[in-house]
Amino acid sequence: MEFQTVVFYLFGAIAVAAALGVILVRNPVHAALFLVLAFFSSAAIWLLLEAEFLAIALVLVYVGAVMVLFLFVVMMLDINIDRLREGFWSSLPLGLLVAAVLVVEMVLVLTGDFFRQWPAPAPLPADASNTADIGRVLYTVYAYPFEIAALVLLVAMVAAVSLTLRKRKDARYLDPAEQVKVKAADRLRVISMPAEKE
Amino acid sequence: MMESTWQTLAAWFGPAWPTIWVLLKIVLLLIPLMLSVAYLTFAERKVIGYMQVRIGPNRVGPKGWLQPIADALKLLFKEVIFPTQANKALYVIGPIMALTPALLAWVAIPYGEGMWIANMNAGVLFLLAVTSLEVYGIIIAGWASNSKYPFLGAMRASAQMVSYEVAMGFALICVLLIAGSLNFQDIVHSQAQGRFADMGLGFLSWNWLPLLPLAVVYFVSGVAETNRAPFDVVEGESEIVAGHMVEYSGMAFALFFLAEYANMILVSFLTSIFFFGGWLSPVGFLPDGLHWLVLKAAVFLFLFLWFRATFPRFRYDQIMRLGWKVFVPITLIWLFVVTVWMLSPLSIWR
Repeated sequence: MEFQTVVFYLFGAIAVAAALGVILVRNPVHAALFLVLAFFSSAAIWLLLEAEFLAIALVLVYVGAVMVLFLFVVMMLDINIDRLREGFWSSLPLGLLVAAVLVVEMVLVLTGDFFRQWPAPAPLPADASNTADIGRVLYTVYAYPFEIAALVLLVAMVAAVSLTLRKRKDARYLDPAEQVKVKAADRLRVISMPAEKE
Repeated sequence: MMESTWQTLAAWFGPAWPTIWVLLKIVLLLIPLMLSVAYLTFAERKVIGYMQVRIGPNRVGPKGWLQPIADALKLLFKEVIFPTQANKALYVIGPIMALTPALLAWVAIPYGEGMWIANMNAGVLFLLAVTSLEVYGIIIAGWASNSKYPFLGAMRASAQMVSYEVAMGFALICVLLIAGSLNFQDIVHSQAQGRFADMGLGFLSWNWLPLLPLAVVYFVSGVAETNRAPFDVVEGESEIVAGHMVEYSGMAFALFFLAEYANMILVSFLTSIFFFGGWLSPVGFLPDGLHWLVLKAAVFLFLFLWFRATFPRFRYDQIMRLGWKVFVPITLIWLFVVTVWMLSPLSIWR
Protein backbone atom coordinates (compact mmCIF):
# COMPACT_ATOMS: atom_id res chain seq x y z
CA MET A 1 0.00 0.00 0.00
CA GLU A 2 1.25 3.44 -0.89
CA PHE A 3 1.94 5.96 1.82
CA GLN A 4 -0.75 8.29 0.44
CA THR A 5 -3.33 5.53 0.66
CA VAL A 6 -2.43 4.96 4.31
CA VAL A 7 -2.83 8.69 5.01
CA PHE A 8 -6.15 8.72 3.16
CA TYR A 9 -7.56 5.82 5.19
CA LEU A 10 -6.30 7.38 8.41
CA PHE A 11 -8.02 10.71 7.80
CA GLY A 12 -11.06 8.98 6.30
CA ALA A 13 -11.46 6.88 9.45
CA ILE A 14 -11.07 9.94 11.66
CA ALA A 15 -13.62 11.87 9.59
CA VAL A 16 -16.19 9.05 9.75
CA ALA A 17 -15.65 8.51 13.48
CA ALA A 18 -15.97 12.23 14.14
CA ALA A 19 -19.14 12.45 12.04
CA LEU A 20 -20.62 9.59 14.05
CA GLY A 21 -19.57 11.41 17.20
CA VAL A 22 -21.50 14.50 16.09
CA ILE A 23 -24.80 12.65 16.06
CA LEU A 24 -24.13 10.17 18.88
CA VAL A 25 -22.70 12.16 21.79
CA ARG A 26 -25.13 13.72 24.22
CA ASN A 27 -23.29 16.89 25.08
CA PRO A 28 -23.91 19.50 22.34
CA VAL A 29 -20.52 21.16 22.92
CA HIS A 30 -18.79 17.82 22.36
CA ALA A 31 -20.88 17.34 19.22
CA ALA A 32 -19.78 20.74 17.88
CA LEU A 33 -16.14 19.92 18.62
CA PHE A 34 -16.52 16.58 16.80
CA LEU A 35 -17.86 18.53 13.83
CA VAL A 36 -14.69 20.65 13.92
CA LEU A 37 -12.64 17.44 13.82
CA ALA A 38 -14.71 16.15 10.89
CA PHE A 39 -14.12 19.39 8.94
CA PHE A 40 -10.44 19.21 9.72
CA SER A 41 -10.01 15.63 8.48
CA SER A 42 -11.99 16.44 5.33
CA ALA A 43 -9.59 19.32 4.71
CA ALA A 44 -6.69 16.88 5.07
CA ILE A 45 -8.29 14.57 2.49
CA TRP A 46 -8.72 17.50 0.10
CA LEU A 47 -5.02 18.25 0.55
CA LEU A 48 -4.30 14.71 -0.66
CA LEU A 49 -6.34 15.54 -3.78
CA GLU A 50 -3.97 18.47 -4.44
CA ALA A 51 -6.78 20.95 -3.73
CA GLU A 52 -4.73 23.07 -1.32
CA PHE A 53 -6.76 26.24 -1.80
CA LEU A 54 -10.08 24.56 -1.03
CA ALA A 55 -8.62 22.65 1.92
CA ILE A 56 -7.21 25.80 3.50
CA ALA A 57 -10.39 27.74 2.75
CA LEU A 58 -12.41 25.00 4.45
CA VAL A 59 -10.32 25.33 7.61
CA LEU A 60 -10.34 29.13 7.45
CA VAL A 61 -14.07 29.57 6.86
CA TYR A 62 -15.74 26.64 8.58
CA VAL A 63 -13.34 25.77 11.37
CA GLY A 64 -11.98 29.26 12.00
CA ALA A 65 -15.16 31.30 11.75
CA VAL A 66 -18.43 29.39 11.44
CA MET A 67 -17.75 26.77 14.11
CA VAL A 68 -16.39 29.34 16.56
CA LEU A 69 -19.68 31.23 16.44
CA PHE A 70 -21.55 27.93 16.56
CA LEU A 71 -19.68 26.92 19.72
CA PHE A 72 -20.29 30.40 21.11
CA VAL A 73 -24.05 29.85 20.83
CA VAL A 74 -24.10 26.18 21.84
CA MET A 75 -22.12 26.89 25.02
CA MET A 76 -24.66 29.45 26.16
CA LEU A 77 -27.69 27.22 25.58
CA ASP A 78 -29.16 25.52 28.58
CA ILE A 79 -30.07 22.19 27.05
CA ASN A 80 -32.37 19.84 28.89
CA ILE A 81 -31.96 16.33 27.45
CA ASP A 82 -35.29 15.09 28.87
CA ARG A 83 -37.22 17.82 27.13
CA LEU A 84 -35.38 17.17 23.88
CA ARG A 85 -36.47 13.52 23.99
CA GLU A 86 -40.12 14.25 24.73
CA GLY A 87 -41.52 14.04 21.21
CA PHE A 88 -39.18 11.27 20.03
CA TRP A 89 -41.75 8.54 19.28
CA SER A 90 -44.41 10.82 17.85
CA SER A 91 -42.04 12.44 15.36
CA LEU A 92 -40.22 9.19 14.51
CA PRO A 93 -42.38 8.29 11.42
CA LEU A 94 -41.85 11.73 9.88
CA GLY A 95 -38.12 11.53 10.63
CA LEU A 96 -37.88 8.07 9.03
CA LEU A 97 -39.71 9.34 5.95
CA VAL A 98 -37.28 12.27 5.55
CA ALA A 99 -34.33 9.91 6.10
CA ALA A 100 -35.65 7.52 3.44
CA VAL A 101 -36.04 10.35 0.92
CA LEU A 102 -32.50 11.52 1.69
CA VAL A 103 -31.11 8.00 1.22
CA VAL A 104 -32.88 7.62 -2.14
CA GLU A 105 -31.54 10.99 -3.27
CA MET A 106 -28.02 10.10 -2.20
CA VAL A 107 -28.20 6.75 -4.03
CA LEU A 108 -29.45 8.48 -7.18
CA VAL A 109 -26.66 11.03 -7.08
CA LEU A 110 -23.81 8.70 -6.09
CA THR A 111 -24.65 5.97 -8.61
CA GLY A 112 -25.35 8.54 -11.31
CA ASP A 113 -23.14 9.59 -14.16
CA PHE A 114 -21.26 12.31 -12.28
CA PHE A 115 -19.77 10.00 -9.68
CA ARG A 116 -18.71 7.16 -11.95
CA GLN A 117 -15.10 6.05 -11.72
CA TRP A 118 -13.10 8.77 -13.41
CA PRO A 119 -9.56 7.91 -14.38
CA ALA A 120 -7.13 9.40 -11.87
CA PRO A 121 -5.83 12.77 -13.13
CA ALA A 122 -2.13 13.11 -13.73
CA PRO A 123 -0.37 14.65 -10.71
CA LEU A 124 0.25 18.37 -11.15
CA PRO A 125 3.81 19.69 -11.48
CA ALA A 126 5.25 20.87 -8.17
CA ASP A 127 5.13 24.56 -9.11
CA ALA A 128 1.49 24.58 -10.30
CA SER A 129 -0.52 27.21 -8.47
CA ASN A 130 -3.88 25.88 -7.42
CA THR A 131 -5.03 29.29 -6.21
CA ALA A 132 -4.33 31.04 -9.50
CA ASP A 133 -6.15 28.30 -11.45
CA ILE A 134 -9.26 28.56 -9.29
CA GLY A 135 -9.21 32.34 -9.53
CA ARG A 136 -8.94 32.25 -13.30
CA VAL A 137 -11.90 29.89 -13.68
CA LEU A 138 -13.98 31.64 -11.03
CA TYR A 139 -13.70 35.10 -12.58
CA THR A 140 -14.08 34.05 -16.23
CA VAL A 141 -16.20 30.93 -16.83
CA TYR A 142 -18.18 31.08 -13.58
CA ALA A 143 -18.25 34.86 -13.12
CA TYR A 144 -22.07 35.14 -13.06
CA PRO A 145 -22.80 32.21 -10.71
CA PHE A 146 -20.03 33.52 -8.45
CA GLU A 147 -21.48 37.04 -8.33
CA ILE A 148 -25.01 35.73 -7.81
CA ALA A 149 -23.83 33.57 -4.91
CA ALA A 150 -22.13 36.61 -3.41
CA LEU A 151 -25.34 38.61 -3.76
CA VAL A 152 -27.43 35.89 -2.12
CA LEU A 153 -25.00 35.87 0.79
CA LEU A 154 -25.20 39.66 1.05
CA VAL A 155 -29.00 39.53 1.12
CA ALA A 156 -28.88 36.87 3.82
CA MET A 157 -26.48 39.02 5.84
CA VAL A 158 -28.60 42.15 5.57
CA ALA A 159 -31.70 40.10 6.44
CA ALA A 160 -30.02 38.68 9.54
CA VAL A 161 -29.01 42.15 10.67
CA SER A 162 -32.45 43.62 10.06
CA LEU A 163 -34.12 40.72 11.89
CA THR A 164 -32.11 41.31 15.03
CA LEU A 165 -32.07 45.10 14.84
CA ARG A 166 -34.29 46.45 17.59
CA LYS A 167 -35.10 49.90 18.75
CA ARG A 168 -35.89 50.62 22.36
CA LYS A 169 -39.52 51.50 22.68
CA ASP A 170 -39.29 53.17 26.09
CA ALA A 171 -36.66 55.69 25.01
CA ARG A 172 -37.72 58.97 23.41
CA TYR A 173 -36.09 59.94 20.16
CA LEU A 174 -36.39 63.01 18.00
CA ASP A 175 -37.36 62.15 14.45
CA PRO A 176 -35.55 64.60 12.13
CA ALA A 177 -38.00 63.87 9.29
CA GLU A 178 -40.91 64.97 11.44
CA GLN A 179 -38.95 68.00 12.58
CA VAL A 180 -38.23 69.12 9.05
CA LYS A 181 -41.80 68.63 7.86
CA VAL A 182 -43.28 70.75 10.62
CA LYS A 183 -45.11 73.90 9.53
CA ALA A 184 -45.61 77.12 11.41
CA ALA A 185 -49.30 76.35 11.56
CA ASP A 186 -48.65 73.13 13.51
CA ARG A 187 -46.75 74.97 16.20
CA LEU A 188 -48.54 78.25 16.59
CA ARG A 189 -52.19 79.13 16.28
CA VAL A 190 -53.14 82.75 16.16
CA ILE A 191 -56.53 83.23 17.58
CA SER A 192 -58.25 86.44 16.84
CA MET A 193 -60.19 87.49 19.88
CA PRO A 194 -62.57 90.32 20.05
CA ALA A 195 -61.52 92.96 22.52
CA GLU A 196 -63.15 92.54 25.86
CA LYS A 197 -65.15 95.40 27.05
CA GLU A 198 -66.39 96.08 30.49
CA MET B 1 31.45 23.72 3.61
CA MET B 2 27.67 23.74 4.41
CA GLU B 3 26.95 22.17 1.03
CA SER B 4 29.42 19.29 1.52
CA THR B 5 28.15 18.52 5.04
CA TRP B 6 24.62 18.42 3.67
CA GLN B 7 25.75 16.03 0.91
CA THR B 8 27.53 13.70 3.34
CA LEU B 9 24.55 13.59 5.69
CA ALA B 10 22.15 12.99 2.80
CA ALA B 11 24.26 10.08 1.59
CA TRP B 12 24.54 8.72 5.13
CA PHE B 13 20.83 8.60 5.93
CA GLY B 14 19.64 7.64 2.43
CA PRO B 15 15.88 7.79 1.77
CA ALA B 16 15.10 8.80 5.37
CA TRP B 17 17.06 12.05 4.88
CA PRO B 18 14.19 14.36 3.71
CA THR B 19 12.16 13.53 6.82
CA ILE B 20 15.17 13.94 9.11
CA TRP B 21 16.09 17.22 7.37
CA VAL B 22 12.57 18.62 7.95
CA LEU B 23 12.64 17.53 11.60
CA LEU B 24 16.07 19.14 11.99
CA LYS B 25 14.76 22.37 10.53
CA ILE B 26 11.83 22.30 12.96
CA VAL B 27 14.23 21.85 15.89
CA LEU B 28 16.42 24.64 14.51
CA LEU B 29 13.35 26.87 14.51
CA LEU B 30 11.80 25.83 17.82
CA ILE B 31 14.86 26.22 20.04
CA PRO B 32 15.48 29.89 19.20
CA LEU B 33 11.72 30.52 19.31
CA MET B 34 11.34 29.06 22.79
CA LEU B 35 14.41 30.97 23.98
CA SER B 36 12.97 34.18 22.53
CA VAL B 37 9.69 33.52 24.33
CA ALA B 38 11.53 32.99 27.62
CA TYR B 39 13.59 36.14 27.26
CA LEU B 40 10.63 38.13 25.95
CA THR B 41 8.96 37.61 29.34
CA PHE B 42 12.17 38.85 30.97
CA ALA B 43 12.39 41.82 28.59
CA GLU B 44 8.76 42.64 29.31
CA ARG B 45 9.33 42.78 33.07
CA LYS B 46 12.52 44.79 32.67
CA VAL B 47 11.16 47.26 30.10
CA ILE B 48 7.93 47.90 31.97
CA GLY B 49 9.97 48.12 35.16
CA TYR B 50 12.15 50.90 33.79
CA MET B 51 9.13 52.68 32.32
CA GLN B 52 7.59 52.70 35.79
CA VAL B 53 10.89 53.78 37.40
CA ARG B 54 11.54 50.37 38.96
CA ILE B 55 14.44 48.00 38.35
CA GLY B 56 12.53 44.82 37.51
CA PRO B 57 13.76 41.30 38.29
CA ASN B 58 17.46 41.37 39.25
CA ARG B 59 17.95 38.58 41.82
CA VAL B 60 18.27 35.30 39.90
CA GLY B 61 21.64 35.00 38.16
CA PRO B 62 23.79 37.93 37.06
CA LYS B 63 21.55 41.02 36.74
CA GLY B 64 18.50 38.73 36.78
CA TRP B 65 19.35 37.02 33.50
CA LEU B 66 18.41 33.55 34.80
CA GLN B 67 14.92 34.69 35.86
CA PRO B 68 13.04 33.08 32.89
CA ILE B 69 14.86 29.77 33.49
CA ALA B 70 13.83 29.86 37.13
CA ASP B 71 10.23 30.67 36.15
CA ALA B 72 10.13 27.77 33.69
CA LEU B 73 11.54 25.32 36.29
CA LYS B 74 9.03 26.50 38.87
CA LEU B 75 6.10 25.99 36.49
CA LEU B 76 7.41 22.56 35.48
CA PHE B 77 7.44 21.31 39.05
CA LYS B 78 4.03 22.66 40.04
CA GLU B 79 1.07 20.34 40.19
CA VAL B 80 -1.60 20.59 37.49
CA ILE B 81 -4.86 20.87 39.39
CA PHE B 82 -8.14 19.66 37.91
CA PRO B 83 -11.33 21.27 39.20
CA THR B 84 -13.74 18.53 40.38
CA GLN B 85 -16.54 19.41 37.97
CA ALA B 86 -14.19 20.09 35.05
CA ASN B 87 -14.44 18.19 31.81
CA LYS B 88 -11.11 16.30 32.11
CA ALA B 89 -10.34 15.53 28.46
CA LEU B 90 -11.22 18.99 27.15
CA TYR B 91 -9.47 20.60 30.11
CA VAL B 92 -6.22 19.01 28.91
CA ILE B 93 -6.90 19.64 25.21
CA GLY B 94 -7.47 23.38 25.80
CA PRO B 95 -3.85 24.46 26.42
CA ILE B 96 -2.61 22.06 23.72
CA MET B 97 -4.99 23.64 21.20
CA ALA B 98 -3.69 27.05 22.24
CA LEU B 99 -0.02 26.22 21.68
CA THR B 100 -0.29 24.05 18.53
CA PRO B 101 -1.44 26.77 16.08
CA ALA B 102 0.96 29.27 17.67
CA LEU B 103 3.87 26.98 16.72
CA LEU B 104 2.38 25.60 13.49
CA ALA B 105 2.10 29.09 11.96
CA TRP B 106 5.90 29.41 12.01
CA VAL B 107 6.17 26.76 9.29
CA ALA B 108 5.01 29.20 6.62
CA ILE B 109 7.24 32.16 7.54
CA PRO B 110 10.31 32.81 5.35
CA TYR B 111 13.43 33.95 7.19
CA GLY B 112 15.55 35.04 4.28
CA GLU B 113 16.23 34.47 0.60
CA GLY B 114 15.42 30.75 0.22
CA MET B 115 15.27 30.15 3.99
CA TRP B 116 12.04 28.41 4.91
CA ILE B 117 10.54 25.20 6.28
CA ALA B 118 7.69 25.12 3.78
CA ASN B 119 7.43 27.45 0.80
CA MET B 120 3.73 27.35 -0.04
CA ASN B 121 2.00 29.04 -2.94
CA ALA B 122 -0.93 29.77 -0.65
CA GLY B 123 1.32 30.64 2.30
CA VAL B 124 -0.66 33.66 3.49
CA LEU B 125 -3.90 31.72 3.31
CA PHE B 126 -2.35 28.88 5.31
CA LEU B 127 -1.22 31.37 7.92
CA LEU B 128 -4.68 32.93 8.19
CA ALA B 129 -6.24 29.46 8.52
CA VAL B 130 -3.83 28.39 11.25
CA THR B 131 -4.10 31.61 13.23
CA SER B 132 -7.89 31.38 13.05
CA LEU B 133 -7.60 28.15 15.06
CA GLU B 134 -5.96 29.92 17.98
CA VAL B 135 -9.28 30.89 19.48
CA TYR B 136 -10.22 27.23 20.07
CA GLY B 137 -7.68 26.78 22.85
CA ILE B 138 -9.23 29.65 24.78
CA ILE B 139 -12.85 28.63 24.15
CA ILE B 140 -12.26 24.99 25.06
CA ALA B 141 -10.26 25.90 28.17
CA GLY B 142 -12.89 28.39 29.28
CA TRP B 143 -15.76 25.97 28.83
CA ALA B 144 -14.03 22.86 30.21
CA SER B 145 -13.04 24.62 33.45
CA ASN B 146 -16.76 24.70 34.34
CA SER B 147 -16.40 27.94 36.21
CA LYS B 148 -17.84 31.43 35.79
CA TYR B 149 -14.81 33.63 35.15
CA PRO B 150 -13.14 31.31 32.62
CA PHE B 151 -16.42 31.04 30.76
CA LEU B 152 -16.81 34.81 30.58
CA GLY B 153 -13.22 35.04 29.37
CA ALA B 154 -13.90 32.45 26.66
CA MET B 155 -16.98 34.32 25.45
CA ARG B 156 -15.09 37.60 25.27
CA ALA B 157 -12.18 35.91 23.51
CA SER B 158 -14.26 34.28 20.81
CA ALA B 159 -16.10 37.52 19.98
CA GLN B 160 -12.96 39.66 20.04
CA MET B 161 -10.64 37.35 18.12
CA VAL B 162 -13.16 36.62 15.37
CA SER B 163 -13.85 40.35 14.94
CA TYR B 164 -10.22 41.36 14.65
CA GLU B 165 -9.43 38.51 12.29
CA VAL B 166 -11.75 40.23 9.80
CA ALA B 167 -9.81 43.51 10.02
CA MET B 168 -6.48 41.66 9.76
CA GLY B 169 -7.60 39.71 6.70
CA PHE B 170 -8.92 42.84 4.96
CA ALA B 171 -5.70 44.72 5.72
CA LEU B 172 -3.78 41.98 3.91
CA ILE B 173 -5.88 42.13 0.73
CA CYS B 174 -4.02 45.23 -0.51
CA VAL B 175 -0.65 43.62 0.23
CA LEU B 176 -1.72 40.61 -1.83
CA LEU B 177 -2.96 42.87 -4.65
CA ILE B 178 0.40 44.61 -4.82
CA ALA B 179 2.40 41.37 -4.68
CA GLY B 180 -0.04 39.57 -6.98
CA SER B 181 0.61 36.40 -5.01
CA LEU B 182 -0.16 34.55 -1.78
CA ASN B 183 3.46 33.46 -1.50
CA PHE B 184 5.58 35.10 1.22
CA GLN B 185 8.71 35.17 -0.96
CA ASP B 186 6.85 37.06 -3.70
CA ILE B 187 5.41 39.50 -1.15
CA VAL B 188 8.91 40.41 0.04
CA HIS B 189 10.27 40.55 -3.52
CA SER B 190 7.47 42.93 -4.55
CA GLN B 191 8.76 45.37 -1.94
CA ALA B 192 12.31 45.24 -3.29
CA GLN B 193 11.47 47.11 -6.49
CA GLY B 194 10.40 50.63 -7.26
CA ARG B 195 11.87 54.08 -7.83
CA PHE B 196 13.27 54.44 -4.32
CA ALA B 197 14.74 50.94 -4.29
CA ASP B 198 16.64 51.80 -7.47
CA MET B 199 17.98 54.93 -5.75
CA GLY B 200 19.28 52.76 -2.89
CA LEU B 201 16.61 53.93 -0.44
CA GLY B 202 14.85 50.59 -0.11
CA PHE B 203 12.92 51.48 3.03
CA LEU B 204 10.80 53.98 1.05
CA SER B 205 9.74 51.24 -1.37
CA TRP B 206 8.33 48.98 1.30
CA ASN B 207 4.59 48.58 1.65
CA TRP B 208 4.31 50.70 4.78
CA LEU B 209 4.45 53.98 2.87
CA PRO B 210 1.64 53.47 0.32
CA LEU B 211 -0.32 51.29 2.76
CA LEU B 212 0.33 53.27 5.95
CA PRO B 213 -3.25 53.08 7.34
CA LEU B 214 -3.31 49.34 6.70
CA ALA B 215 0.04 48.80 8.41
CA VAL B 216 -1.33 50.52 11.50
CA VAL B 217 -4.62 48.59 11.33
CA TYR B 218 -2.75 45.32 10.89
CA PHE B 219 -0.42 45.79 13.82
CA VAL B 220 -3.08 47.11 16.20
CA SER B 221 -5.41 44.26 15.19
CA GLY B 222 -2.49 41.94 15.85
CA VAL B 223 -2.25 43.31 19.37
CA ALA B 224 -5.98 42.71 19.81
CA GLU B 225 -5.72 39.24 18.26
CA THR B 226 -3.05 38.17 20.76
CA ASN B 227 -5.21 39.55 23.60
CA ARG B 228 -2.47 41.87 24.79
CA ALA B 229 -2.94 45.14 26.65
CA PRO B 230 -4.81 47.44 25.96
CA PHE B 231 -7.11 44.78 24.44
CA ASP B 232 -6.69 42.24 27.25
CA VAL B 233 -10.30 42.11 28.47
CA VAL B 234 -10.11 38.36 27.82
CA GLU B 235 -8.01 38.04 30.97
CA GLY B 236 -8.87 41.39 32.55
CA GLU B 237 -7.45 41.01 36.04
CA SER B 238 -9.71 43.58 37.63
CA GLU B 239 -12.92 41.92 36.44
CA ILE B 240 -12.45 38.23 35.73
CA VAL B 241 -9.12 37.45 37.47
CA ALA B 242 -7.32 35.74 34.54
CA GLY B 243 -10.15 34.77 32.19
CA HIS B 244 -9.78 31.31 30.68
CA MET B 245 -6.61 30.63 32.71
CA VAL B 246 -8.15 31.01 36.19
CA GLU B 247 -8.34 27.29 36.96
CA TYR B 248 -5.06 26.31 35.30
CA SER B 249 -1.81 25.78 37.17
CA GLY B 250 1.70 24.51 36.52
CA MET B 251 2.65 23.46 33.02
CA ALA B 252 -0.91 23.68 31.64
CA PHE B 253 -0.88 27.38 32.56
CA ALA B 254 2.62 27.72 31.10
CA LEU B 255 1.39 26.46 27.72
CA PHE B 256 -1.08 29.36 27.47
CA PHE B 257 1.73 31.69 28.38
CA LEU B 258 4.04 30.22 25.75
CA ALA B 259 1.28 30.48 23.13
CA GLU B 260 0.59 34.13 23.93
CA TYR B 261 4.24 35.15 23.67
CA ALA B 262 4.89 33.01 20.58
CA ASN B 263 1.92 34.77 18.97
CA MET B 264 3.33 38.18 19.88
CA ILE B 265 6.59 37.29 18.15
CA LEU B 266 4.64 35.90 15.19
CA VAL B 267 2.61 39.11 14.74
CA SER B 268 5.84 41.15 14.92
CA PHE B 269 7.47 38.99 12.24
CA LEU B 270 4.39 39.16 10.03
CA THR B 271 4.11 42.95 10.27
CA SER B 272 7.80 43.16 9.30
CA ILE B 273 7.27 40.85 6.33
CA PHE B 274 4.01 42.31 5.00
CA PHE B 275 4.70 46.00 5.46
CA PHE B 276 8.38 46.52 6.29
CA GLY B 277 10.22 44.51 3.66
CA GLY B 278 11.01 41.36 5.65
CA TRP B 279 14.71 40.57 5.40
CA LEU B 280 15.41 43.42 2.94
CA SER B 281 17.99 45.96 3.98
CA PRO B 282 16.64 49.52 4.36
CA VAL B 283 19.49 51.07 2.37
CA GLY B 284 21.23 49.90 -0.79
CA PHE B 285 24.81 49.73 0.52
CA LEU B 286 24.07 47.22 3.31
CA PRO B 287 23.42 43.54 2.47
CA ASP B 288 20.00 41.92 3.05
CA GLY B 289 19.72 39.17 5.61
CA LEU B 290 17.94 37.47 8.48
CA HIS B 291 19.31 40.02 10.97
CA TRP B 292 17.14 42.77 9.41
CA LEU B 293 14.01 40.67 9.90
CA VAL B 294 14.91 39.98 13.52
CA LEU B 295 15.73 43.63 14.13
CA LYS B 296 12.41 44.82 12.67
CA ALA B 297 10.49 42.23 14.67
CA ALA B 298 12.32 43.33 17.83
CA VAL B 299 11.12 46.91 17.27
CA PHE B 300 7.51 45.72 17.06
CA LEU B 301 7.94 43.52 20.12
CA PHE B 302 9.15 46.59 21.99
CA LEU B 303 5.98 48.37 20.82
CA PHE B 304 3.92 45.54 22.36
CA LEU B 305 5.60 46.13 25.71
CA TRP B 306 5.40 49.91 25.36
CA PHE B 307 1.64 49.69 24.68
CA ARG B 308 1.17 47.63 27.80
CA ALA B 309 3.00 50.15 29.95
CA THR B 310 1.21 53.13 28.39
CA PHE B 311 -2.45 52.54 27.59
CA PRO B 312 -5.30 51.83 30.00
CA ARG B 313 -7.50 48.86 29.11
CA PHE B 314 -10.26 49.42 26.56
CA ARG B 315 -13.84 48.86 27.58
CA TYR B 316 -15.42 45.87 25.83
CA ASP B 317 -17.87 47.86 23.68
CA GLN B 318 -15.03 50.22 22.69
CA ILE B 319 -13.01 47.23 21.47
CA MET B 320 -15.90 46.03 19.33
CA ARG B 321 -16.53 49.52 17.96
CA LEU B 322 -12.86 50.01 17.06
CA GLY B 323 -12.78 46.68 15.24
CA TRP B 324 -16.01 46.86 13.27
CA LYS B 325 -16.74 50.56 12.86
CA VAL B 326 -13.23 51.98 12.48
CA PHE B 327 -10.79 49.35 11.24
CA VAL B 328 -13.00 47.47 8.78
CA PRO B 329 -14.21 50.67 7.02
CA ILE B 330 -10.62 51.99 6.84
CA THR B 331 -9.43 48.79 5.18
CA LEU B 332 -12.36 48.81 2.71
CA ILE B 333 -11.76 52.45 1.73
CA TRP B 334 -8.04 51.88 1.32
CA LEU B 335 -8.75 48.79 -0.79
CA PHE B 336 -10.76 51.03 -3.12
CA VAL B 337 -8.01 53.68 -3.16
CA VAL B 338 -5.30 51.14 -3.95
CA THR B 339 -7.24 49.40 -6.72
CA VAL B 340 -7.98 52.73 -8.44
CA TRP B 341 -4.35 53.76 -7.92
CA MET B 342 -3.09 50.52 -9.47
CA LEU B 343 -5.26 50.93 -12.57
CA SER B 344 -4.48 54.63 -13.01
CA PRO B 345 -1.45 55.90 -15.00
CA LEU B 346 0.04 57.10 -11.67
CA SER B 347 0.54 53.50 -10.50
CA ILE B 348 3.88 52.94 -8.79
CA TRP B 349 3.68 49.15 -8.97
CA ARG B 350 4.45 48.51 -12.63
